[in-house]
Amino acid sequence: MFPERWEYHVAEPINDVINWMLNSFQGFFDGISSTILTLLLFLNDVLTALPWWMYILIVCVLAWFTTKSILTTIVLMLLPFIIGIFGLWQLAVVTLSVILTAVVVSIVIGVPVGVLMAESDFVADIVRPLLDLMQTMPSFVYLIPALMFFGLGRVPAVLATIVYSLPPVIRLTNLGLRQVSDDVQEAALSYGATRWQLLKEVRVPLAIPSILAGVNQTTMMALAMVVIASMIGGGGLGYEVLRSINRIDVGAGFEAGISVVILAVIIDRLTQGLAKRWEPPTV
Amino acid sequence: MSKAIELRNAIEVTNLWKIFTSNADQVDLTKEKELQALEDSDEDTLAVRDTTFSVRKGEVFVVMGLSGSGKSTLIRCLLRLTEPTSGTININGKDVCNLNTKQLTEFRRKEAAMVFQHYGLLPHRSVLDNVAFGLKLQSIAKEERYERAMHWIERVGLTGFENYYPAHLSGGMQQRVGIARALVCNPPVLLMDEPFSGLDPLIRRDMQDELSEIQASLKTTIFFVTHDLDEGMRLGDRMAVMRKGQFVQVGTPDEILADPADEYVARFVQDKRIRLEKANMKKTEASA
Ligand SMILES: Nc1ncnc2c1ncn2[C@@H]1O[C@H](COP(=O)(O)OP(=O)(O)OP(=O)(O)O)[C@@H](O)[C@H]1O
Ligand SMILES: [Mg+2]
Repeated sequence: MFPERWEYHVAEPINDVINWMLNSFQGFFDGISSTILTLLLFLNDVLTALPWWMYILIVCVLAWFTTKSILTTIVLMLLPFIIGIFGLWQLAVVTLSVILTAVVVSIVIGVPVGVLMAESDFVADIVRPLLDLMQTMPSFVYLIPALMFFGLGRVPAVLATIVYSLPPVIRLTNLGLRQVSDDVQEAALSYGATRWQLLKEVRVPLAIPSILAGVNQTTMMALAMVVIASMIGGGGLGYEVLRSINRIDVGAGFEAGISVVILAVIIDRLTQGLAKRWEPPTV
Repeated sequence: MSKAIELRNAIEVTNLWKIFTSNADQVDLTKEKELQALEDSDEDTLAVRDTTFSVRKGEVFVVMGLSGSGKSTLIRCLLRLTEPTSGTININGKDVCNLNTKQLTEFRRKEAAMVFQHYGLLPHRSVLDNVAFGLKLQSIAKEERYERAMHWIERVGLTGFENYYPAHLSGGMQQRVGIARALVCNPPVLLMDEPFSGLDPLIRRDMQDELSEIQASLKTTIFFVTHDLDEGMRLGDRMAVMRKGQFVQVGTPDEILADPADEYVARFVQDKRIRLEKANMKKTEASA
């Protein structure tokens, strides 16, 4: 046995720190909470207000615009019907609003951070281990503090989802900017581009396909979190899966699970198509 | 340096060095031994070595040398795309090495423009926007930008292609875009790094002729890098032959052809001389 007197526990101090933060930064957490809640409620209102056929129409238009393939468009249009037939439409809309909120926040934070990483090796060296941490840390570990800081509900669910889904968009923004060819950058510099102009006119536009690929992955990661996030009040399809597990109702679990997959497939195709559309023309 | 000389020369370079090494500060350029060590080392490169020259206003000055002789490094130093290790560069009376960031940006916008071997066009912009790029950086209004760009698109024979993307053009056409993009800024000095190397011989010939034509009408000073002797002879008023970072001979094409300074230059011009001699022999035979 490992000698017991060598044991030292960090659990206690960590709990203390969390409690201290909870007391001292209440206003800060409330601020985050209300910001996210506002966005979430707004998106939720919009999404709930849309009639069901509007979703089909939107999917149809986007699918056609991004893929230009009749078959893909028809398949993507038909898939939402399955969710509706299972009677899970309302829950799917809730899930969609949680995911969209997480993705919007991830983009708003992730793209600028990715740009900073690409601009400065120093920032990159600091951020990279953080991203590794965010991706490898089991999500249950931060569910608890999220719960403590923000209570039970959709806000902590969104935050836990963000922690998990933020890294890809940061990484791929950074990568995309760094992959812009030196030839083009040098030419732009030789015509007197400032650092900001180089970023705005050359690096970011040329990195957009990569950034969109990051957004795509971020969305997928967010979807992967729906079941876990529902444990702290995310609601939606995730909660349906969770309830089915508790009741050992395999059939209901399957219906909810398939619905999540359908959401994933549709969003994946649409965002991937979008990334392709943005690629500069090649031979 | 007298005023008169300053006015006559568009580019003046004195004792320019560029050493690619991890610890450039520690190298003493006056110590032959250290330089030798640099040269022998695999990691460090003496790319430009104590080079001094001047280019007169309106002159086409050609730098020629084999691959790796330091031509690109030299031309990039002129715009400080690579930072010279030591030496002075004076272009249009501007002390290039001592410009601060803002002045350098201004200098690059107004005083010199560069044409690249691999074109360096923006793949996500149309021909029109590519040509107008330099003007956009200077915050010139869209209307004027496009008007001036269209003028040069016409001039290089790309009318009708202004909405194409670079990927949809042939190499020759892409380089025309590159040239138009440079000239639209009205630069007093044009820097060209092997601009025609990637083109097939016939198109290359056309482009050389067009460049000569443009140069004759604009009287732009051109600093032209090539590894092709024929090209250098056709275009150059004066030529420099570069070897291992140094100019081994500077003179008019005829001078260099007639009187190569050393073995290296002689080998460079050998083929050309043989061809000329053959042509002369044929001529004398024909007249006899
Ligand atoms: N960024 C760099 N870092 C280290 N070494 C470099 C760098 N750029 C160029 N060099 C070295 O400097 C030397 C001169 O290179 P340069 O590109 O100037 O030659 P060049 O005459 O233009 O050749 P080419 O005809 O192939 O274009 C080469 O040995 C090259 O390896
Ligand atoms: Mg070169």
